[in-house]
Amino acid sequence: MANALSIETSTTIQSLIAQHKQMAGALMPLLHAIQDTIGYIPEDSYLPISKALALSVAEVHGVVTFYHHFRTHPVGNHILHVCRAESCQAMGSEKLEASIKAKLNIDYHQTTSDGAITLEPIYCLGNCACSPAVMMDDEVYGRMDSQKMADLISEARAS
Amino acid sequence: MIKVPMIKVYVPRDSTALSVGANRTANAIQQEAQKRGIEIELIRNGSRGLFWLEPFVEVATESGRVAFAPVQPNDVAGLFDAYFLNPDSSTAKAHPLYLGLTEELEWLKKQQRLTFARIGITDPVSIEDYLAHDGYKGLANALKLTPAEIVKIVTDSGLRGRGGAAFPTGIKWNTVLGAGEKGVQKYIVCNADEGDSGTYSDRMVMEDDPFVLIEGMTIAGIAVGANQGYIYLRSEYPHALHILNEAISKAEAAGYLGDNICGSNHTFKLEVRRAAGAYVCGEETSLLESLEGKRGLVRFKPPLPAIEGLFGKPTVVNNVISLATIPIILDKGAQFYADYGMGRSRGTLPIQLAGNIKHGGLVELAFGATLRELLYDFGGGSYTGKPIRAVQVGGPLGAFLPESQFDTPLDYEEFSKIWAVLGHGGIVAFDDTVDMAKMARYAFEFCAIESCGKCTPCRIGSTRGVEVIDKIINGADVEKNTKLVRDLSDTMLNGSLCALGGMTPYPVLSAMNHFAEDFVPKPKSTLKKIIDIVVA
Repeated sequence: MANALSIETSTTIQSLIAQHKQMAGALMPLLHAIQDTIGYIPEDSYLPISKALALSVAEVHGVVTFYHHFRTHPVGNHILHVCRAESCQAMGSEKLEASIKAKLNIDYHQTTSDGAITLEPIYCLGNCACSPAVMMDDEVYGRMDSQKMADLISEARAS
Repeated sequence: MIKVPMIKVYVPRDSTALSVGANRTANAIQQEAQKRGIEIELIRNGSRGLFWLEPFVEVATESGRVAFAPVQPNDVAGLFDAYFLNPDSSTAKAHPLYLGLTEELEWLKKQQRLTFARIGITDPVSIEDYLAHDGYKGLANALKLTPAEIVKIVTDSGLRGRGGAAFPTGIKWNTVLGAGEKGVQKYIVCNADEGDSGTYSDRMVMEDDPFVLIEGMTIAGIAVGANQGYIYLRSEYPHALHILNEAISKAEAAGYLGDNICGSNHTFKLEVRRAAGAYVCGEETSLLESLEGKRGLVRFKPPLPAIEGLFGKPTVVNNVISLATIPIILDKGAQFYADYGMGRSRGTLPIQLAGNIKHGGLVELAFGATLRELLYDFGGGSYTGKPIRAVQVGGPLGAFLPESQFDTPLDYEEFSKIWAVLGHGGIVAFDDTVDMAKMARYAFEFCAIESCGKCTPCRIGSTRGVEVIDKIINGADVEKNTKLVRDLSDTMLNGSLCALGGMTPYPVLSAMNHFAEDFVPKPKSTLKKIIDIVVA
């Protein structure tokens, strides 16, 4: 393993690899487990993963970067996903997006300067009967407007 | 303590109910009851699907469940003051949120709920509740039949794949049943990568009645000789993940999953696998690649997944709704199901009303109802009160339909006649503020973001499409560029392996054909604004 990872992180990754490597089609569940535990998938984990699953480092890199959900860098304390799909567009999500970006002073794929919130686009949360929708961490919020959004952001910053 | 028999109060735990505050409402009811010394049994059921009325609170009575909705935490004290726990009282009936018996609500009464028969009624993770509401009757029948007999019932029911492709489910199963040497490993894969905007029926089944999906997959396994199933679940549905895993554990503990199912010699094991936010993985071959731990690149067909699917083995890949419909077909028979519907579209379709709609929610109806009935009788028109100008049916790859096509019946063949698709049954309404040139641009943009990159027309064409539409919006060589978009669409339609590239032209061209006025250059001042919004 490369030196960039702390011993603690390396140990975590090794133990997750050990837990998953016998599964059929192990790579996706393993990547999820790493991201759920560490918050992202460190590029330095590619080598030990590839060795354990008999893949090349390039193949692991290819899979990680193919999927929008996986990320290779740390994120803020909370992740705010804003739905950009048609149903939310029909209910004014573009205005909402603009107000969120202005409020947080960041664009998509960026983290606020206080490290509180990372902003990501998402394409449908399955909450289309109550558009527009956003997801803060694992919770979906429907019928959003800029006031409710401001409250949600303040709550997240406080926690 | 006041002597009252334990009154059952229902507050849904469905994601959409939670998204408008159902947890806060449930907590407020619990606390208020405690404060007043009243014992209640609070049940977190699934949602009835009347989403504009969430949080939808129900109180059980001898004549059925009585609804109060939508209930926000600050309504709760007032409801207790009005004795809502005794819904027959005159004070409860006079409360502004009182709706009467749920079953008598016009919106529900007009529906034909077969796949969604239990949804909103039961506690999703209670196997006892599932059994008390006709659960596992389909499996009990299936266990008495030969695999070929089960497949024949599914074929005779006329059920077609509800994911969007509408391929006859029984024919697919029959191919898997006959595939490979005796004893070869086979798989059942449930496609739960419900990525289409405007759709949420899969999510509702998984969150609100997970056992019906588990039962459907178990029957599929027995029918084709597969002992392992996977549910490929989109990562955007964290609640569904927890509920499915809890339901799977309970089904295992009760002998409905694992070895010797219900004392038979059948084995069926089930596991949930999380997707990772790639829309293209809703395409079945791309999904299989992803399950195998690879990039979700679309495969060439043939070989069909039914012959060489997951890990190269014969595999049934079915949508959530298709699989969740199997139990009622096995319970009530092929003819019962086939008696619903029209033409070659048999049975019912769970339709999802979404976007700019007043009464958004889940409407399960026999095929044949018109869009207009859905949008106005059920949907109540637009949310904003403005005229509905366009609807997109069938997700981001579905055509946009103008008002003149609202009388089209929901039927696979009727939709295909007007160059549209039913897809997974999602209907997204737009009011008259929609800019259809922008929607056409978005269709290309979405394709560019989500393309797996295998086919050039999809990978490159989508990006070129965005650029050319921008030129049209800017008023640059409109005639030439319009022709270019049509040529490009033709190449994508005919030169892409899967529906992502192959159907992106549906929203693009339908927007151009039906809403041509939006593609006419606008005065400079408004144009600048539009571009700013689009680019932002």
